[in-house]
Amino acid sequence: MLKTPFFPRQLALCESMSWKEWSGYHAVSSYLVLHDAEYFAFRNAAGLLDVTPLFKYRVRGKDAADYLAQIMVKDITRLTVGRVTYLCWCNHEGKVVDDGTVMRRGEEDFFVTTADPCFSWFSRFLRGYDVTLEDVSEQVAAVALQGPTSRDVLKQVCDADLDTLKFFRTTKARLDDFAVWISRTGYTGDLGYEIWVENEHALKLWDALMAAGRNYALRPAGLDALDQCRVEAGLILKNVDYYNALHVLIEDRKSSPYELSLGWTVQLDRAPFNGQKALRHEKENGSQWAFVGLDIDWPETEALYARYGLPPEVPHTAWRLSIPVYSDASREKQIGYATSGTWSPILKKNIALATIRADYQEIGTEVQFEMTVEHTRHTVMATVHKPQFFNPKRKTSTPGSQ
Amino acid sequence: MNNGAKKYDVVVVGGGHNGLICAAYLAKAGRSVLVLERRHVLGGAAVSEELYPGFTFSVASYVVSLFRPHIIRELELARHGYEIIPMDCSFLPLPDGDSLARWADGNRSRREIQRFSKKDAEVYPEFSRVMTLMGKFAKQIIDHPAPDIASLKLKDLLGMTRIGKAFRSLGPDLFHLNLKLLTLSAVDFLDLWFESEILKGPMSASGIIGTFKGVRSPGTAYVLLHHYMGELDGAFRSWGFSKGGTGGVSMACARAAQSYGAEIRTSAPVMTVIVKNGRTDGVVLEDGEEIAADLVVSNLDPRRTYLSLVGEEHLDGDVVKEINRFKYRGSSGKVNLALDRVPEFACRPGDGDHIRGDIAIAPNVDYMERAYDEAKYGAFSQRPFINAVIPSLTDPTLAPPGKHVLSCFVQYAPYHLKEGAEDWPNQREAFGDAVVDTMAEYIPGLKDIILYRQVLTPWDLEQQMGLTEGNIFQGELSLEQLLFQRPLAGFAQYKTPIHNLWMCGSGTHPGGGVMGSGGELAAKSILRGKAG
Repeated sequence: MLKTPFFPRQLALCESMSWKEWSGYHAVSSYLVLHDAEYFAFRNAAGLLDVTPLFKYRVRGKDAADYLAQIMVKDITRLTVGRVTYLCWCNHEGKVVDDGTVMRRGEEDFFVTTADPCFSWFSRFLRGYDVTLEDVSEQVAAVALQGPTSRDVLKQVCDADLDTLKFFRTTKARLDDFAVWISRTGYTGDLGYEIWVENEHALKLWDALMAAGRNYALRPAGLDALDQCRVEAGLILKNVDYYNALHVLIEDRKSSPYELSLGWTVQLDRAPFNGQKALRHEKENGSQWAFVGLDIDWPETEALYARYGLPPEVPHTAWRLSIPVYSDASREKQIGYATSGTWSPILKKNIALATIRADYQEIGTEVQFEMTVEHTRHTVMATVHKPQFFNPKRKTSTPGSQ
Repeated sequence: MNNGAKKYDVVVVGGGHNGLICAAYLAKAGRSVLVLERRHVLGGAAVSEELYPGFTFSVASYVVSLFRPHIIRELELARHGYEIIPMDCSFLPLPDGDSLARWADGNRSRREIQRFSKKDAEVYPEFSRVMTLMGKFAKQIIDHPAPDIASLKLKDLLGMTRIGKAFRSLGPDLFHLNLKLLTLSAVDFLDLWFESEILKGPMSASGIIGTFKGVRSPGTAYVLLHHYMGELDGAFRSWGFSKGGTGGVSMACARAAQSYGAEIRTSAPVMTVIVKNGRTDGVVLEDGEEIAADLVVSNLDPRRTYLSLVGEEHLDGDVVKEINRFKYRGSSGKVNLALDRVPEFACRPGDGDHIRGDIAIAPNVDYMERAYDEAKYGAFSQRPFINAVIPSLTDPTLAPPGKHVLSCFVQYAPYHLKEGAEDWPNQREAFGDAVVDTMAEYIPGLKDIILYRQVLTPWDLEQQMGLTEGNIFQGELSLEQLLFQRPLAGFAQYKTPIHNLWMCGSGTHPGGGVMGSGGELAAKSILRGKAG
């Protein structure tokens, strides 16, 4: 197992010794035995999370934009310098291979992040382009600094004009004696930044942020807290909510962008790109599945538990299981499955992300969510919601440009 | 007379959280509602105010747990900014340099407690289990209007049946324990479980909050339960901070009420409720403005509602007698401090998680009882019980970077001083000094970092917030003042002897704390009764 450059600091701070494997790296699940404080740091102050295990690629050269536009579902030639975009990429069948972000650092300089290794996939399309593709995953470390006070913390340590840096923009910045790239991105659905740094300066970045964060209730946060946040924000997770079309054994496990609620990232009418034909066909003929949020009814949950003399219980951490979703309480017709869920402390709701048959996707549709109480299966009503349950104004607001 | 002025279906007098919740439910049901608040800020005792530049204080009520989850859901309060950040720790610094921290993490608590008693450490989760069951039982009672035991009306009989069933469902052991809970003192009740005075000190404190009783006074075990009934995120017995201070709860309720169409006016003090022939049809403000309404709901406490808003002349002599008998005798005060940096406890230095929850100055049972001794004879405690919080460590919006607010709930500060309640302004600073001196025994550098100090005596709570005799619950939470006797037998279901005048404050069932039940149940009773 690999250790990220932040490992020594994390080891010292990780009181619970609760770690997991993330792309071959040691990653902290939660610093404390109970992760609640880390979740609330993300939502009320700031959390600092090591995201080094993401895969990182630099794409440079005269044709870099054209090249990426061919791979990605979005027209990267229209992404101007200093902007970041979130998107996915597909095989020729229009099925999703992975999702991630593309940052345009310069006219001919792009930085791409992915969940799984994509060097081979990206390499397949290099022919004919004046482009270099470089895997910098192990040279560049990264932290996510997320939460309402993240801007205040980051301002203390670098020279970037963060008051004007808009949502999904990126900028180069200087800390004492080294440079970093800052992007206003993240996986919490909140105000936040990701900071990309050469390995050799990583610890200095961590220490500077932790020191500056003392006055802003910053906490190191682990993946348990992140998982709760990302479900609230309706952000999909690879190998949990969907699978890489190149890795699955059966067709049914493949998903199109439309089936993952990523249709908005697809720009069809442009020069040919991977999956274009299939995606256009699906757009015109409709999709079989839809990715939705489920708001699991609390009074029904309470009543169900009360039948056993129990107060309602909610899992303490976000869950990742496949839970059947039915059209009605008879459980005769399964119409889909939930893949992630959490109790949302901030929304006071029990929520899930689910893939369901497209004809049930309308917001407000009532479906039945399987719930096991005292080892016995039941269902409770759940209402179809858009996947994004939480979307605070601060996520996108920019004080300096108003 | 304000000719042509709008007539409302309902006027709510008082913009505390209950008044706002009541208004929200009524407006949601389509009624035209106006809330009138005397002060310039909403919230009553659940209020946040910037008393010193850059520092926001939960001036009075400072932690939240009892707020009913279904109200949050029904009024969509999360969407309107209701946010509670749970507290992870209860910290007890001790005078001898030791300390005890109880954590949400059960194993961590056990390790801490076993330094004082190995047995108590193991019994602690058993006690929590029983209190959870008691809380579940209490839920059957607090989430419904209190049935009138003298009534033969169907709804009262059904209500009694529901309570009977709830009692039966406890089973014999818990039923007997429940009777003990209702009658014993907090310490006697805790003695059934624990041996360590150190543990029982802070635990018994929950039994005296807001009452003029000592931890060894009978009846205080019930108040203990009252503080265990809270639910946060489906878990019983958890306390938290409201984001932006406790006023955040009130503001969420206000925004919900407004979203349903309710109007809210601040700096609009009501002088009287208009009463003609035993019924009301509106209110008169202090500036003479009359506002007509089919129904008036008072968020004020029973004495203010009956004797100030209505007036003795409109009430039966027996009712006046009973209302005067209703006990307030506030016993607590608040000292709010703005600090230049993190206060450090000598026994456990640093700004760690141990000081991010609540901090109790309650080193043992005798300390608690001694604090009461002084109060019994009309003096504030020189070494009081203090429950302190530093919410700015968790919610950085409350103070400038690196600075903090320290909020101290203090007991005893008896409203009735031996020199008379009016003497409080003369003793206010001495009381503040006693609190700071007490805290400074545990935080040696405290006095050097105080930027600002607000001292609220029960007299001030009465003057500023309109809480009679400074009682934080709008009337003591003692058995004879609960359920069908809160505030008056025969008028414990939010109605009053004045037709169309209702009550919704903490002085009604199920009582105080930031629960919202009074407002909710009053509104639902009004809606059920149509015209009232």
